[in-house]
Amino acid sequence: MSTMRKRFYTVAGRAVESDSRTALVLADIGVAELPHHPRVFNLGIREQLTIGVAAGLALEGLRPIVHSYTPFLVERPYEQIKLDLGHQDLGAVLVSTGASYDSARSGRTHQAPEDVAALGALPGWTIHVPGHPDEVERMLRAALGGDDRVYIRLSEETNASAVDGDGLVVVRRGSDAAPLVVAVGPALDETVAATRELDATVAYLATVRPFDRAGLRTALRGTDVALVEPYLAGTSSAEVAAALVDRPHRLLALGVPNAEFRRYGSPAEHRAAHGLDAAGIRASLDAWLNSYTRVDRVPTLPPYPLRA
Amino acid sequence: MAISEALGYCDLPQLLTLQTGDEKHDWSALSTLDVLWVLYDRVLEPDDRFLLSKGHGPTAYYAVLAAKGLIPVETLPTFGAFDSPLGNHPDRMLVPGVEISSGSLGHGLPIAVGIALAGRRVFCLVGDGELDEGSNWEAVQYAGRVGLGRLIAVVVDNFTSTYHWPGGVERRFELEGWTAVRIDGADHDALEHAFAAATGDRPHVVVAEVQR
Repeated sequence: MSTMRKRFYTVAGRAVESDSRTALVLADIGVAELPHHPRVFNLGIREQLTIGVAAGLALEGLRPIVHSYTPFLVERPYEQIKLDLGHQDLGAVLVSTGASYDSARSGRTHQAPEDVAALGALPGWTIHVPGHPDEVERMLRAALGGDDRVYIRLSEETNASAVDGDGLVVVRRGSDAAPLVVAVGPALDETVAATRELDATVAYLATVRPFDRAGLRTALRGTDVALVEPYLAGTSSAEVAAALVDRPHRLLALGVPNAEFRRYGSPAEHRAAHGLDAAGIRASLDAWLNSYTRVDRVPTLPPYPLRA
Repeated sequence: MAISEALGYCDLPQLLTLQTGDEKHDWSALSTLDVLWVLYDRVLEPDDRFLLSKGHGPTAYYAVLAAKGLIPVETLPTFGAFDSPLGNHPDRMLVPGVEISSGSLGHGLPIAVGIALAGRRVFCLVGDGELDEGSNWEAVQYAGRVGLGRLIAVVVDNFTSTYHWPGGVERRFELEGWTAVRIDGADHDALEHAFAAATGDRPHVVVAEVQR
């Protein structure tokens, strides 16, 4: 099966060759996978420049795609994203690779689980968290047809099949009193496995900004909402609160803890450590559903020496 | 960019005095006045773009835009007011003729690189102090290495960089493959000739030296 990243390179490469408006701005990442073309600009390892150049291209009517690893696409040039794109009211499509703990072996420097929260703090961004290569292609094609600011967050974690439809999609309906468990992007398969033996309504969300508040209100028949986001825990909690501002509810927000997590290893090990595998999600749901006390989501890890 | 012949250079002092409230940046504004005038009066063609990267002290910029009929003179006394389009840092969404919003330093040159890559001739004004920002050098390096001849920078060098540029800031540009010339920033003919010295096959920088 194609990965999200491979699908992105295929679709973006074809777009730049077939659409005179499309341009690609790179910082050494992905150069070998994309065609040599007058509108493919590899700037070298100059990530601040990628966003400024994208703004200049957009001023001239082009539709720039900027691509790099997540920390170097979103965090390093954050002020450029805020000012060169947002404040100038210019559009671009940012496509990251290396979601949350995809680059587990590379350590903290190559991980940015804060990316969605950081971009979500800026106005006017559409943020896609696809869960399957087919969704990547659909989102990228739609983004290239627009003029707005779009972030597409690729991941090495992929669901077995794509979900059709925009907004919040109910994939399994429980009883009216059942909790609504919202899985974002590649967290869907683990969430479905976690809730297989629970009375729960499971919904899928791949576009988290703008957040489908109306869809959430429609899908929720009881009072309990659980978010399973494969990035910083609580990133969409305020959106849920806003959607349900006039309805009594309680919320469990699962995701990557806001902590310096000094571990290498594999993505699967990180997923399990953060409680985002099926067993971890199920354990958190059980504890939450059986208690009205606060659930502490900081994972328990064995002690390890920071220094020898 | 439509440039009309409305007011002249001799009118600029009066246009400057209409704008009050940013006196701490008076020197910054005055340092760019001659360069801005020469660009708008003698150099810029209708298809060119001009980016004021050094957005501090924009009263000189607004005065030149008003003199050239791009913004109404009547707008100048509103400078800094809540409902004025003119603030301490220009906003392209509020002021006709302003190509980029600026104020945070080190953003103009990277945007100018993108404009030049798209095929348009672009001028970008930066300050010598602004060049302390590392983001400028990503743009300077790349533009030089790929020979981006449609990019012309002008550094208004009023010696405000805290640790200075030993040997002259133009040396850094030349090292990266730019052509460079240093001239008296108050000499209008020298400025015009310096801009005309751009070869078109390499990026060009004019260092306009301005003394207090």
